Amino acid sequence: MTKKTVIEKIWENHVVNRAEGKPDLLYIDLHLVHEVTSPQAFEGLRISERRVRRPDLTYATMDHNVPTIDRHIINDQVSKKQIETLEQNCREFGIELADIDHPDQGIVHVIGPQLGLTQPGKTIVCGDSHTSTHGAFGALAFGIGTSEVEHVLATQTIWQQRPKTLQIKVNGKLGFGVQSKDIILAIIAKFGVNAGSGYVMEYTGEAIRSLTMEQRMTICNMSIEAGARAGLVSPDETTVEYLRGRRYAPQGEEFEAAAAKWLALATDEGAEYDKTLEIDATEIEPQMTWGTNPSMGSGISGTVPSPDQFEREADKESVRLALDYMGLEAGTKLTDIPVDFVFIGSCTNSRLSDLRAAAEVAKGRKVKDNVTAIVVPGSQTVKQQAEAEGIDKVFMEAGFEWRDSGCSMCLAMNDDIVPAGKRCASTSNRNFEGRQGNGARTHLVSPTMAAAAAVTGHFTDVRQLSSVN
Amino acid sequence: MQPINQFTGVVCPLNRTNIDTDQIIPKQFLKRIERQGFGQFVFYNWRFDDDGNKREDFIMNQPQYEGAEILVAGENFGCGSSREHAPWALLDYGFRIIIAPSYADIFYNNSVKNGILALKLTEEEVAVIMERSKEEGYRLHVDLEEQSVKDENGFVAHFDIDPYWKKMLLNGWDEISVTLTEEDYIRQYEEKVYGQQYS
Repeated sequence: MTKKTVIEKIWENHVVNRAEGKPDLLYIDLHLVHEVTSPQAFEGLRISERRVRRPDLTYATMDHNVPTIDRHIINDQVSKKQIETLEQNCREFGIELADIDHPDQGIVHVIGPQLGLTQPGKTIVCGDSHTSTHGAFGALAFGIGTSEVEHVLATQTIWQQRPKTLQIKVNGKLGFGVQSKDIILAIIAKFGVNAGSGYVMEYTGEAIRSLTMEQRMTICNMSIEAGARAGLVSPDETTVEYLRGRRYAPQGEEFEAAAAKWLALATDEGAEYDKTLEIDATEIEPQMTWGTNPSMGSGISGTVPSPDQFEREADKESVRLALDYMGLEAGTKLTDIPVDFVFIGSCTNSRLSDLRAAAEVAKGRKVKDNVTAIVVPGSQTVKQQAEAEGIDKVFMEAGFEWRDSGCSMCLAMNDDIVPAGKRCASTSNRNFEGRQGNGARTHLVSPTMAAAAAVTGHFTDVRQLSSVN
Repeated sequence: MQPINQFTGVVCPLNRTNIDTDQIIPKQFLKRIERQGFGQFVFYNWRFDDDGNKREDFIMNQPQYEGAEILVAGENFGCGSSREHAPWALLDYGFRIIIAPSYADIFYNNSVKNGILALKLTEEEVAVIMERSKEEGYRLHVDLEEQSVKDENGFVAHFDIDPYWKKMLLNGWDEISVTLTEEDYIRQYEEKVYGQQYS
């Protein structure tokens, strides 16, 4: 029998039709919907008098626009309209919705896994590029545009070119104080923002195997920042145990049967990839970005580079523009860069374990006076769980604001905005110009590094703060 | 979508790599529930300053590029967010053709589905166009059928395109209608996997 990767196995299981001269038509097992990229798709259905083919495989929530304080007061009328439009569309087309008052509301990529909707072997799409997050379960999950959202709503299928496979092998063990966020930032810094273009990535190696599901989600989440639409991890016992007992996962005997199938999806020993890239986990230190795309970063012991250090003219120019936008001088030590804002949240790093790790650093310390620090749990459930553990109190005693769930300051489509010229240590996934607000300067870091920046007032190697694991 | 085959237009060079969709259409304009009207916001933060005044030094604001319909840019164009508002904005502004050495996967699909021909040329060919389009009124002639790009001074380049996308673009087909002709296959798949029919 041919040896196959998990990517090929899932693909083959979902081909509805394959014909010469066309992409494959794939069936979609789970379609997640949110308020920003869906209104035009539903409108398209209405105009063509089409219905949603599988409302039972479609699940909606609202996350991008929702306020994280006073959730019911949406001052922006356009945002409000978008949220109301989703409510109306879900009613009209019979789609289950976790709305703003629902206990399951949260960031779409946090609640899918939390509810057990996300399962190994599924094809999962959402009108959001960070859909790659769900790949952590050994699902083929990728972001789509609004035309494709409409297409999936109408047909439950999507046309896809068979992707090439890229193995990202993370060898060795992670060092003390290094987080899974640091692995993915290091991968992107090393291989670039389009290393994965045209590929689906599979993360393998000792360091990946030893990660929890939440840590794997952080890595898969940022696959798109390396240019890959999807990135996944082969299912294993960690995956199975995470899903046991979750509401939308199979229950009882059915669960055991499903688990056996899931485990069989793992990449076969000796299966071949179109390409393999390797990185040594032991050499990864806590990371931070200094520029305006996620590859413009390095270990915290580094300095801001000079455009002259880059070979290609295009790269020199990009770095020059980035330093100008970021207000940074070449040669500055990263630990000398001050922060004004700290954001702990987003679909990358807003799960319970992220908040626990950051709270460990915040405990018994104080946010610097000139720093505004906010913690935004990824879902209302994460918020409740954190509160049950007293994590909210730890943060608030340290001077962090404790908010309701949503996408918040990751993309500033809501009230959580970093002002122009201000510098933010952010646990999110994109440091593009203007991402967190016009003129805002974003530095991507892990949750522990963000907390360390909050309590010291500048970027700090979290390993140098005492009592940190 | 509008079919596209032969197209001639003024070229606007945007000499940057990794132009992300947050630049093409900033987040504050994603709240609308329509597909139209995004052109006025394209590259908003590059075209306008904080007070909403035109930034005269930004290339698209220079009079010679007014009405340009072909955008040429550096590699990995359209990276980042999956927002289809990016191609909607480009199209609404007037760009029917984009030329770059490479595109982010989601952006590429989104563009094609809106009738934008995002074509790939080599870095060297893109560099030639970048240079020549500094000249006022520089135009390119694009022929999708023969997969070629030409200017009036002897520049000729050929591009590859997936035959499926080529056919969709040439005919301006609505993809959902195409897929619905596969109904029998979809039904067979559903019967096999879910044991029932959904249509």
